[in-house]
Amino acid sequence: MSPKTLYDKIWDAHVAHEAEDGTTLLYIDRHLVHEVTSAQAFEGLRMTGRTVRAPEKTIAVPDHNVPTTLDRAKGIENEESRIQVDALDTNAKEFGIHYYPVHDIRQGIVHIVGPEQGWTLPGMTVVCGDSHTATHGAFGALAHGIGTSEVEHVLATQTLIQKKSKNMKVEITGKLMPGVTAKDITMAVIGETGTAGGTGYVIEYCGEAIRDLTMEGRMTVCNMAIEGGARAGLIAPDQTTYDYVNGRPHAPKGAQWEAALDWWKTLYTDDGAHFDKVVTLKGEDIAPCVTWGTSPEDVLPISAVVPAPESFEGGKVDAAARALEYMGLEAGQKLTDIEIDTVFIGSCTNGRIEDLRAVAEVVKGKKIKDGMRAMIVPGSGLVRAQADEEGLSEIFEAAGFEWRLAGCSMCLAMNPDQLAEHERCASTSNRNFEGRQGYKGRTHLVSPAMAAAAALTGRLTDVRELI
Amino acid sequence: MEKFEKLQGVAAPMPLVNIDTDMIIPKVFLKSIKRTGFGVNLFDEMRYNRDGSEIEDFVLNKPQYRNADILVAGDNFGCGSSREHAPWAIADFGIKCVISTSFADIFFNNCFKNGILPIVLPQEQIDILMSDAEKGENARMTVDLEAQEITTSDGDVIAFEVDAFKKHCLLEGLDDIGLTMEKAKSIDTFEAAASQSRPWV
Repeated sequence: MSPKTLYDKIWDAHVAHEAEDGTTLLYIDRHLVHEVTSAQAFEGLRMTGRTVRAPEKTIAVPDHNVPTTLDRAKGIENEESRIQVDALDTNAKEFGIHYYPVHDIRQGIVHIVGPEQGWTLPGMTVVCGDSHTATHGAFGALAHGIGTSEVEHVLATQTLIQKKSKNMKVEITGKLMPGVTAKDITMAVIGETGTAGGTGYVIEYCGEAIRDLTMEGRMTVCNMAIEGGARAGLIAPDQTTYDYVNGRPHAPKGAQWEAALDWWKTLYTDDGAHFDKVVTLKGEDIAPCVTWGTSPEDVLPISAVVPAPESFEGGKVDAAARALEYMGLEAGQKLTDIEIDTVFIGSCTNGRIEDLRAVAEVVKGKKIKDGMRAMIVPGSGLVRAQADEEGLSEIFEAAGFEWRLAGCSMCLAMNPDQLAEHERCASTSNRNFEGRQGYKGRTHLVSPAMAAAAALTGRLTDVRELI
Repeated sequence: MEKFEKLQGVAAPMPLVNIDTDMIIPKVFLKSIKRTGFGVNLFDEMRYNRDGSEIEDFVLNKPQYRNADILVAGDNFGCGSSREHAPWAIADFGIKCVISTSFADIFFNNCFKNGILPIVLPQEQIDILMSDAEKGENARMTVDLEAQEITTSDGDVIAFEVDAFKKHCLLEGLDDIGLTMEKAKSIDTFEAAASQSRPWV
């Protein structure tokens, strides 16, 4: 038998039907659902008299629209947002799927809740009507975002019509330097490959620096695989994975745990398996990163200067000029001279406990800069509770941060957490697109530690100077 | 789904690279629970000022492109969010075909579910089509899906590739779910076997 990649193995284990031309019905083990991309799909089922084929494998949670202020029990003010969340309440009940409503302590960002509750397990196929489904690849699960028509397709058939992607290996060798995190790895990779570099591929991240990451860090890396254009990111499961999963509410127990573990231990890329593309970075070479433009590929080490549009080629010359104008920056300006108005810490990229610990480490006993708006939005109610228990929230509040309830918040600004026109934000989220965090808002993507450093100094800052 | 027939129409040029789905349809319009009515907000922040007035030099506001049927776009069109509201907005505006050197994966798939044909071509051919599109409304292009050919207003013919299954579904206007339901037996068989081999799932 020819050697297989991890992706090949998971794919092969989920083929329910394959046509002669390779068009495959891929069986889906977990379907995660949120309020923004599902209403039309449930409506489609109703109109055609179809049902949810596997409600026990379908898990819903509202996250994009929910307010994160402490008074959210009084309800959602924006009528359209409220209707969307109410529609998910109704659909979850009517179709009998698992549901974590807004007031449940387990509510949070769908990609944080899935792993936290043990829904996401190695070797699974996981989909959600959300591009950051790539996050779950950290467990060695084949996980990717889908559109609403595909959400309806999965609800009705528990399968997805797919063609297999190509295999790409991203290896991060050696160790990371102090102050460098999983976020910097994933941003540095996109800086190397570009936002379309992964198009048509499933990426497997490997190498010593990846193996050394916690599950939280691995989720951060895989989360942004989509920003590199890849269908999915994967990391082979190992003891770190098993330790994270073991004991979670929906993880297997007893004899089933042992059986699952036996299979999970076969989930790795065989020696000699073929990769269509290979990218290698040295862990030691990765610096804390920051974006200067309006695409996640516009990334540089914090020590760099804003690039000149003429330094690019092709269509990127105009795109870079447009980005500089949008961002209000000049070529040649030092990144560390860029002043920040707002700091946002949270999102499915960086809203987990480890991210909050990294922030606390930087800001403990210090104060954020006068006039700075700084908010920390935990990824789930349980992350919030854990941060409270560890005393992190006291550190945040003493430093001057707002300590919010769980949700997507300012990552995409569908709820009231938004940037004003020209307001500049150091953000731990995943997209710096025009208007992403608010109309004409300006986003610089950074790691949690870097966001914390910016909150203290009021400008983009090399966190290595503060630790 | 409406059948994709031979399309003849005006192509609008959008050479900007990395046009993301937040640009195509900003999140403020994702709060609808319907699939229709998004066309008026297609490219909203590029197309309108804050007061709702039109930004004159945006391509779809120019008289010759107000009823464009085709979009010729820069690299990596449709990157970012999985929101199907992006192709819904494009289709609702009246655009049935987008041509670029590359598309983001999820957006590309979403197009086919909504009667939109995304076509990938090499840069040199995109350059030809972009120049043709820049000629305005007198330069009508033809996209023939059956023959897999684009004919420019000058009569140049450019062939393109398309997945055979996706082509079939577009030409016939087929509903994916209906097609998959016909294979329910395969799914039943798979599910029964998987519940034995991976009972924890």
